[in-house]
Amino acid sequence: MSDYIHHDHGHDGIDRRGFLKCMAWAGTGVLWTIGGGVLTSKTLAEVAKAGSAIPTATDLSFLQISDSHIGFNKAANKDVTETFKIALDRVNAMPTPPSFLIHTGDITQLSKPEEFDTFDQVLKSCRTKDVFYVPGEHDVLNDGGKLYRERYLKSIEAKGSGWYSFSKNGVHFIGLVNVLDLQAGGLGQLGEEQLEWLEDNVKGLGTDTPIVVFAHIPLWTVYPQWGWGTSDSERALGYLKRFGSVTILNGHIHQVLQKVEGNVTFHTAMSTAFPQPEPGTAPSPGPMTVPAEKLRSMLGLTSVQYKQGNMALAVVDSNLS
Amino acid sequence: MNTFNGKITIAALLVGISFCASAGEMKDAGSVGAGQNKIEIKDFAFNPQRITVKSGEKITWINRDEEPHTIVSVEKQFKKSSALDTDQEFTITAGVPGTYTYYCSVHPKMTGTIVIEK
Repeated sequence: MSDYIHHDHGHDGIDRRGFLKCMAWAGTGVLWTIGGGVLTSKTLAEVAKAGSAIPTATDLSFLQISDSHIGFNKAANKDVTETFKIALDRVNAMPTPPSFLIHTGDITQLSKPEEFDTFDQVLKSCRTKDVFYVPGEHDVLNDGGKLYRERYLKSIEAKGSGWYSFSKNGVHFIGLVNVLDLQAGGLGQLGEEQLEWLEDNVKGLGTDTPIVVFAHIPLWTVYPQWGWGTSDSERALGYLKRFGSVTILNGHIHQVLQKVEGNVTFHTAMSTAFPQPEPGTAPSPGPMTVPAEKLRSMLGLTSVQYKQGNMALAVVDSNLS
Repeated sequence: MNTFNGKITIAALLVGISFCASAGEMKDAGSVGAGQNKIEIKDFAFNPQRITVKSGEKITWINRDEEPHTIVSVEKQFKKSSALDTDQEFTITAGVPGTYTYYCSVHPKMTGTIVIEK
């Protein structure tokens, strides 16, 4: 198993409540579960090998899928549609289907209508029909996200450029947009209007409400030299600090990284299309070509489970090998 | 104020067709000739990062990355490009002398500077 883990615990005296486990498998797919106040993750491949590693007595399970990049056809993966199909096959093979999917952006490579069409067509094969989206920068290239919003926010009461929230089984989910109106020299950004909305959105929630935030670019500073971070994420996290369990799910960097700070767990997912280099290990980010036999081991999914009464979500990453 | 002459060329090299847009209009355009000012986009950087040109000269960016990039004036002083895929080009004609900064709106860490002389 190829993996690397970034633990960056804050030295603030806060009990980290248990272990942090993060695995990167070939392929994309991470199962997240919350139990006993601890968010944990396992890959679907591991779950499949173990037979019953995913707890079944959960109140809610959902799957994160990310960075499909439909339309990409370069050396790093000449058939991203096929690997996306394989990812969905993995979802369909789960003994207990997830309640819904979250797609954390970069559905397409170039925001072309035909790329969105292909994605939608392939997605029809998925047994799980409910999908919640946030855009990646590749989905908003030439129209500021108009086409994306028309297609993927139809049944959502989204605000501004497409942020929204919903609740499932006592868990409060927040989808944020941090890929628009980016400033020269900067990182991802949420912007004033969205931050004000976020503050208001969580104001009435009890501190025991589990919070899941999902956005494309990491809401923690992974590697600013490559733009892997969000300039105003600290303010957003400030509004969430009082909650007992906050899980942040991001994509964009095409690899699994995890960090725990107080009650907040940050996690990034693999792509279903192609890997990117580990931070600082290449001249730049971007598609990374690996030997063909290794590719699927570097693509994956993330699955999440939550059991009522337990605070933390269990998170499982799995690859497509 | 648009301080450039506003000629923008997006060459779709893969199909051998190029266009020129001025103030939003699409026109036929000749291919970019040798000796013109070229900025290569490679490894998420503009090379050269700073370029000095004469007013009236053309400046052409070409994307050599496998990621799409854009050319956007920080002060909105010239029309922005659409997303350039691999091997696509974008051309402007330098106008009023001065110093202009630009960036890639997809990867805003990428910035560059154009100095236009008389």
